[in-house]
This record gives sequence, structure tokens and C-alpha cells, in this order.
Amino acid sequence: MLKILYFASLRETLGCASESIDLPPAVNNVAGLLDLLAARGEHWLKLATVKNLRCAVNQELASLDAPIKGGDEVAFFPPVTGG
Amino acid sequence: MAARVQEADFDVSTELALMRQGDARVGAIASFVGVVRDMNDGAGVSEMTLEHYPGMTEKSLEAIIAEAKARWTIFDARVIHRVGRLLPTEQIVFVAVSSAHRGEAFAACEFIMDYLKTSAPFWKRELTPEGARWVDARETDENAVERWRR
Repeated sequence: MLKILYFASLRETLGCASESIDLPPAVNNVAGLLDLLAARGEHWLKLATVKNLRCAVNQELASLDAPIKGGDEVAFFPPVTGG
Repeated sequence: MAARVQEADFDVSTELALMRQGDARVGAIASFVGVVRDMNDGAGVSEMTLEHYPGMTEKSLEAIIAEAKARWTIFDARVIHRVGRLLPTEQIVFVAVSSAHRGEAFAACEFIMDYLKTSAPFWKRELTPEGARWVDARETDENAVERWRR
């Protein structure tokens, strides 16, 4: 299982804060996961087009080509605005 | 823990006193407090809600503090960041650094704040007369952190 978290405006747009999915064998990086999620259509298409999407794998900032595997925690969110 | 994420307010005097207590090496403490304003991007702000990524946020702040300790000769560095609902004039964030002399404390304090703004997972949602909106990241914050990469 792969745990996926969504934060801030992205969480609101998708209407989802977190979910767990079975990772298909063909998906082995963040970009592949995004394609898989966007293929759900409707508001999930936003994941493929949202500007400046940020990603973390196991709570470390990661790029779209970062590898992922079952058991990982992946998070998607907009640019941070704390401080 | 050198980094704390909490809903509760903090007392700056108490925090600063803790940083010099029992450590006679400390000759300088530089600190920064971020405060909620009642105006942003041309609109009035009546309240703000701060969201974070529990777990990653704390790790990220600890990593920024560790990086500051690697770059400068400093003794202690602390960050407190509030989350939840905040009103104008309330404190949002506290950063403090102790060192023997002021130069390193000032520099490390600014470094921590610049990195926090661009890499620690917090998001602000503000309430304006036109409704609630998520705050956009600022290019000036990216420029501020870029200075430290040179």
C-alpha cells in the first residue's frame, strides 16, 4: 500500500486529505503516480496541470522523478507559505 | 526539541531567558517574531488559519536548524511556529539564535527564517471581506533564500 496525502488548496480542490492505494507494478516514481491519479478524470486532472506542485516522499521534499514503492508516504501540496 | 509546532501562543521573554540560562558562553542572542497583519495583497484580513504537515514540518525545521549550526558557530537555535486560527496582532513564529558575538547570531537567525519561509510545510489561509483565500507564495521569499546558496 502507498499512502498519499494532500494539503492546503490542493486538498480542497481534490476533496481528499489522504488515501491509501495499491501501487501498480508499472508505477515506480512520482510522475507515474501523478499520471495514475490524473487518469481518474474530473477534478483529479488538476494534479497534472496545477502550477508549482510540490511533492514529498517519506516527508522529504522530492522531485517528480523520485522513486516510490509500496509502504512509502507521498504528499502533494502547493508552495509553502509559513512564517 | 529545538523546533516546536503548537496552537498555543508563546512568551518571548521566557524563551530568550531559557537560551542564556546556565550558559555563560552566550554573548549574543538574536531573535525574530512574525506577526499576523490585518492587510495582505490589497485586502483586509480579519483572521488566518495555518495548516501544516505533522511530522514533516517538525523534521524540516530541525533540518534547517542543523544546517544553521553547520554554517555558523552558534550555541543554540530555536523555532516555535503556531498553527490553527490566528488573529491580526497575534504572534505566528519565533526564531532565536545564541552565539558568542552578534554577527553569527544575526546571520543564522535570518538564514533560518528565510529557509523556513520557502521549505517548511506550512500554508496560510486568510479570511478577507471577499471570503477565504489561500495565500500565494511570494517570489521575494525565493529571492531571499537564494542569497544563501551563493
